[in-house]
Amino acid sequence: MDIHEHQAKELLAGFGVPVPEGGLAFSPEQAAYHARRLGLPVVVKAQVHAGGRGAAGGVRLCRTEAEAADFAAGLLGRRLVTRQTDAQGKPVHRVWVEAATDIARELYLGLVLDRKSERIMIVASREGGMEIEDLARERPDALLRMVIDPAVGLTEFSARELAFGLGLRGPQVAEMVQVLRGCYRAFRDRDATMVEINPLVVTGAGGLIALDAKMSFDTNALFRQPEVAALRDPGQEDPREAAAAAHGLNYVGLTGDIGCIINGAGLAMATMDMIQLAGGAPANFLDIGGGASPERVVAAFRTVLSDSNVSVVLVNIFAGINRCDWVARGVVQAYRELGLTLPVVVRLAGTNVEEGHAIIAGSGLPLISADTLAEAAAAAVRARPRAAA
Amino acid sequence: MTILIDRTTRVIVQGMTGRIGQFHAADMIRHGTNVVGGVTPGRGGETVLDRPVFDTVREAVRETGAEASLVFVPPPGAADAIMEAAEAGIRLAVCVTDGIPAQDMMRVKRFLRRFPAERKMRLIGPNCAGVISPGEAFMGIMPPHIYLPGRVGIVGRSGTLGYEAASQMKALGIGVSTSVGIGGDPINGSSFRDILELFEADPGTDAVMMIGEIGGPQEAEAAAFVRAHMTKPVVAYIAGLSAPRGRKMGHAGAIISAFGESAQEKVETLAAAGITVAPTPSAMGETVARVLGLRAAA
Repeated sequence: MDIHEHQAKELLAGFGVPVPEGGLAFSPEQAAYHARRLGLPVVVKAQVHAGGRGAAGGVRLCRTEAEAADFAAGLLGRRLVTRQTDAQGKPVHRVWVEAATDIARELYLGLVLDRKSERIMIVASREGGMEIEDLARERPDALLRMVIDPAVGLTEFSARELAFGLGLRGPQVAEMVQVLRGCYRAFRDRDATMVEINPLVVTGAGGLIALDAKMSFDTNALFRQPEVAALRDPGQEDPREAAAAAHGLNYVGLTGDIGCIINGAGLAMATMDMIQLAGGAPANFLDIGGGASPERVVAAFRTVLSDSNVSVVLVNIFAGINRCDWVARGVVQAYRELGLTLPVVVRLAGTNVEEGHAIIAGSGLPLISADTLAEAAAAAVRARPRAAA
Repeated sequence: MTILIDRTTRVIVQGMTGRIGQFHAADMIRHGTNVVGGVTPGRGGETVLDRPVFDTVREAVRETGAEASLVFVPPPGAADAIMEAAEAGIRLAVCVTDGIPAQDMMRVKRFLRRFPAERKMRLIGPNCAGVISPGEAFMGIMPPHIYLPGRVGIVGRSGTLGYEAASQMKALGIGVSTSVGIGGDPINGSSFRDILELFEADPGTDAVMMIGEIGGPQEAEAAAFVRAHMTKPVVAYIAGLSAPRGRKMGHAGAIISAFGESAQEKVETLAAAGITVAPTPSAMGETVARVLGLRAAA
């Protein structure tokens, strides 16, 4: 789960990480008010769950209250398209107004869950401001990495080593130790999966300050992190994905036209691959999960069909803890309830497969049955109206 | 021969009194698994499926000689249940639970390292379908009838894609020695490499079907192991060719977030290590058949 920059800054500030003073604005008037309160110039920043905001015109240094208000007015209510969003972009419902910082140097600081060491890893660089992916590709030697032993935590000497490695000197070293320990504790105590401060700035006066902040959290841990869960902004999420999640479905929208209803993440990915190899394009990833009731299957159809690009639906179920008869009943129910006219390909295997086939065959509906994964994908690609034309 | 479990393995189920735990325990017993008891704190002294229920794993081990535990405990308590099993002397835990916080798994992995080799517990999962040695026993949630007993090992992250592979193989008359689901979480108990090592050492396994997916470094690590240490042929498939970068595809671990984590990159890494990669997910069975045929002819 992602949160906004201003939320990440407030959260990190609570762990002792220095951040610029700022205020949240939902209107141009509020932006002007914060500009007056903070003192000019200020930086006005669109709050969306995506990086690349600066290059996309979502961040500006404003020298007057009017300029801050105008810039906020231009952003609020608009969708911001950055290189990290899709073509629709993300809606801007709030802007963060911040006291401008005098920048002497920009550093990079990130903490991630490293899957290789299975521990929290700190990644830091003297070259802030750049995308870490670009930096890792172009200047891998410029990255400092440190894996933290969870039983000991981040020791001061390790934090000092990183600080010296970044070229910090004098009182900056102690400040960096505080930043690092604060980020580590925030990561650990709030079940984060990523903390990124890019750039971490050395100011003209020589101090350190987090000019930007990004945090992601482990959704599996939200049950014990109510304060983090409260930071969720549904406005930044794909409404179809959110609606699907409410039904226990795991949905990711894609750009093709073959709607997919599958059980299991691996089989769902494999079915998408098979569609692509058969010359089609999947419209979505959808895992209906285990023990799917006919009602959940109907909800899956609703979700898939909320994408107007979908021209065929492919249902592929290999039932272990699922039951083919329940899924078949759900398919028949969805077809009738939703008044479907588009082609539906159904492939069932595993638990209660004979009963499932009997329900499909006995329904009298024009459902296309397939026995194997390959047949199902080929049938779906063939069944597209465009392919027939 | 099989790896991890056979019909003699004494198995307990942590969470056997729950609806799901009881359902699958009954299925395991029906298919010959030697389930000797269950553990649910506060329910000790009860009997479920004609087996005794204990309050603690330690008690269950003492009373039944249990060696393996299937963990069906919900996410908030699952990591604790795994650590309890390790501390009590269980040698193999299989955790089906989906949704365990990643930092809990970090703690579990570290906890497991504290034991000396002779009493270290092996963990399979979490977020997996389990382990089956067809015709012998199984611990998990898979439909056992789709597996033919035989001499090919299967190891994969996904449950249902593992079923797909097993049924394609069965249709071609190819049987399975043991099938292991290592689970879809970013931090898991056993890696591909760990399981490949067991198959390499198992005289009852002639070849291995490995089913990976996007995200994480474990397929690359497995490729290096195969190249350096494996004499048995390995066939692989990597799911997620059409998955976009940076999006989580169902499994918590199925996300392309670093170099080498896309399906294409993994396929290249595996192929370079001498692994035969099935061109499509529907060709897993026939690719295994081809590799076995080549081997028979050689």
